[in-house]
Amino acid sequence: MISEIGSFALLLGLAFAIAQAGLSAAARLRRSSVLAAAGEGAALASFAGVAVAFACLIHAFVTSDFSVANVAANSHTEKPMLYKVAGAWGSHEGSILLWCFILTGYGAAAATLGRGLPQGLKALMVAVQGALGSVFLAYTVFASNPLLRIANPPVEGRSLNPLLQDPALAIHPPFLYSGYVGMSVVFSLAVAALIEGRVDAAWARWVRPWALAAWSFLTVGIMLGSFWAYYELGWGGWWFWDPVENASFMPWLMATALLHSAIVTEKRGALAGWSLFLALGAFTFSMLGAFLVRSGVLTSVHAFAVDPKRGVLLLIILAVTSGSAFALFAWRAPKLSPGGMFAPVSRESALVLNNILLAAATATVLLGTLYPLIREALTGEAISVGPPYFNLTFAPLMAALAVLLPAGPLLAWKRGDVRGVTQRLWVAALAALGCGLLTLALVSPRKALGALGITLGAWLVAGAAVELAERTRAFRVPAADSWRRLVGLPRGAWGMTLAHLGLGIFVLGACFELGWRGEAAEALPLGGSLDVAGYHLVLETVGPREGPNYESERALIQVSKAGKPICTGEPDRRFYPAGGQTVSGIALCYRGASHLYMVLGERRKAPDGTPVWLIRAYWNPWASLIFLGPVIMALGGLTSLSDRRMRLGVARRREQAA
Amino acid sequence: MSWLPKSPKARRRLTLVAAIAPVLALAVGLTLWGLRDSISFFYTPSQAAAAHPPPGRSVQLGGLVRMGSVAKHPDGRVDFVVADRTAEDKVSFQGDLPDLFREGQGVVAVGAFRGDGVFEAKQVLAKHDEKYMPPDLAKALKAQGEWRGDGSTPDYAKAKPVT
Repeated sequence: MISEIGSFALLLGLAFAIAQAGLSAAARLRRSSVLAAAGEGAALASFAGVAVAFACLIHAFVTSDFSVANVAANSHTEKPMLYKVAGAWGSHEGSILLWCFILTGYGAAAATLGRGLPQGLKALMVAVQGALGSVFLAYTVFASNPLLRIANPPVEGRSLNPLLQDPALAIHPPFLYSGYVGMSVVFSLAVAALIEGRVDAAWARWVRPWALAAWSFLTVGIMLGSFWAYYELGWGGWWFWDPVENASFMPWLMATALLHSAIVTEKRGALAGWSLFLALGAFTFSMLGAFLVRSGVLTSVHAFAVDPKRGVLLLIILAVTSGSAFALFAWRAPKLSPGGMFAPVSRESALVLNNILLAAATATVLLGTLYPLIREALTGEAISVGPPYFNLTFAPLMAALAVLLPAGPLLAWKRGDVRGVTQRLWVAALAALGCGLLTLALVSPRKALGALGITLGAWLVAGAAVELAERTRAFRVPAADSWRRLVGLPRGAWGMTLAHLGLGIFVLGACFELGWRGEAAEALPLGGSLDVAGYHLVLETVGPREGPNYESERALIQVSKAGKPICTGEPDRRFYPAGGQTVSGIALCYRGASHLYMVLGERRKAPDGTPVWLIRAYWNPWASLIFLGPVIMALGGLTSLSDRRMRLGVARRREQAA
Repeated sequence: MSWLPKSPKARRRLTLVAAIAPVLALAVGLTLWGLRDSISFFYTPSQAAAAHPPPGRSVQLGGLVRMGSVAKHPDGRVDFVVADRTAEDKVSFQGDLPDLFREGQGVVAVGAFRGDGVFEAKQVLAKHDEKYMPPDLAKALKAQGEWRGDGSTPDYAKAKPVT
């Protein structure tokens, strides 16, 4: 019964989404505030419908209602509650419903929060959001309904893939999708502005909070996915340049570029066309990311919930939505008025350069991801593009960006002063160089490239510190005065500093980990030992252990350094009877920001008949920083979002002034 | 500087082009360089027999693991046979196999052929998703008429009768 209610609510949601698009478009045509209000009401109703449907799906998963096909395929009565709930978005159908839930949620939020927006622009935005909702809901209802029943319900479900039964991955899709779909509001606003033919500071100011929120979610979502891959896959790596990872990374790069170009549009009225282009591009890449992965067109090791049959349909949706938006852009953008002028050395130029580099980086990642498809279409040869390509193309562009970054916030708008900036930054440059040289001198083995990376990371961190000192006039005015300035800093400024600092911390962690990681693997009998990066690991015992829905073999590994005991690692190897799969659970031993990472492999037999276990150990120095950096960046985004200026629309203030 | 255009608009455009051009050149150059060196071809055993990649060149070998061919040695080395309908290759791999590696199932081995014709794998990929078959492999199997749907094992991958 519940799932029929859900199906009905989903259908209602679709009907309201269509009504939302129609009513709001009519509102714009007739300039009627009554119709506009009706359209906004429909947006709320559509969200309510989808929310009910989503709640029904979660209910079906929680109560293990195996008469629902999707539950039977992805759940199991013995699964812990968290993974029962997470199972709701662990499948293709469920994840698309989650997508619709968040999409209509953003639509409803934009309809209620957008009071400061000009009437016409707002009605158009709600209409476009409604159109997007209609398309995706129609796809859900007619091609991928997660609430369908099956005729002969099984007694037990097939269970969720054990690799997905993990806390980080349980919350990864909601974060990632909140990021992806958050770009839809930005997209709708851009289309609305193109139809209205006017892009001004008010528009940019309205875009920024949505872009910021989506960007922050996406940052956390990607970080969670990477962290999951790090400790669940047992390969000791955190980024593989796999198509699935690239698919989530490209919208992030576009959104980052948009955040920066929107500042220029807001403050100086310039780059309006480019900001629009990025706004359309960010959501296009989000859809591409979600659908390229879902459709299974690309070969990937960690794509889940793939359904090639419906993939083509998804790609058609993508082509139609983005295709029409970019056609509109090509038609209307040349008529937009060009904005303010700026000198080659200015804050504007720095932000333009940031955008050029980010766009070029996105393009190289896109090419590397799609090149196997292109090549196969042209020559029929199946190939794959490996990490060396991405390291070679992406890293230099990002390094250039990192070199320029600290100078950007110190440059003045319109006309910057190179000498002034160098005067302020020489301390940071000296500190960064010092860190690099120290690394080169003290850390063995000596690695020039790694030391270069540390220099860059230190440069970013020091740059953020100099920028903060500059704003508070630290060391130039009395300390109390500086403190007052520090407290009085707008949250937007704090947000930027935090985001840049987070990037620096990430770069430090990533370069140190990549440069000085250690690895050892050996087949050990009980009592056997291996050494990695100065740590001595002894395999003490291996014994059985029962989990909630798995049986496991657990090892006890004593870790010591120079004779002193450090910690005990307990990696295990889990067998999930429901799906007949084996998954290894790694053990992490935290040493400051560094990790000692232990994996228990298969049991084998030595020639003399005694059992041996394959033990792999990795030394990942500063690995915590890799995950801490993005969290700080996302916090920066949220801090910016809480700035008062974001909540007070510039448009309304203008109306009052007029 | 007299060679600069007079109108501010054209001047701005020139600056923009001057900024974009080096980045674009860098990106294009790196991309072409990168694509030349770091792509690897995908072969099934019969395609590999036809194309005969030179020893040492990094390629991917995809096929089904033949039943009964997996030999795990105590030093961590694993030998197995990857087969398609008409050909098979011996694969040697040092390390821990992915959790989803099973006999009779599709795998992709990344590595290079040795001089003696044995494929030395640096990495063995089996999909995280148990119902999965790598698209390249599925396509190659379909082309050979060996596609039986997900998860089923064709005859040639089953253990050979001892003769």
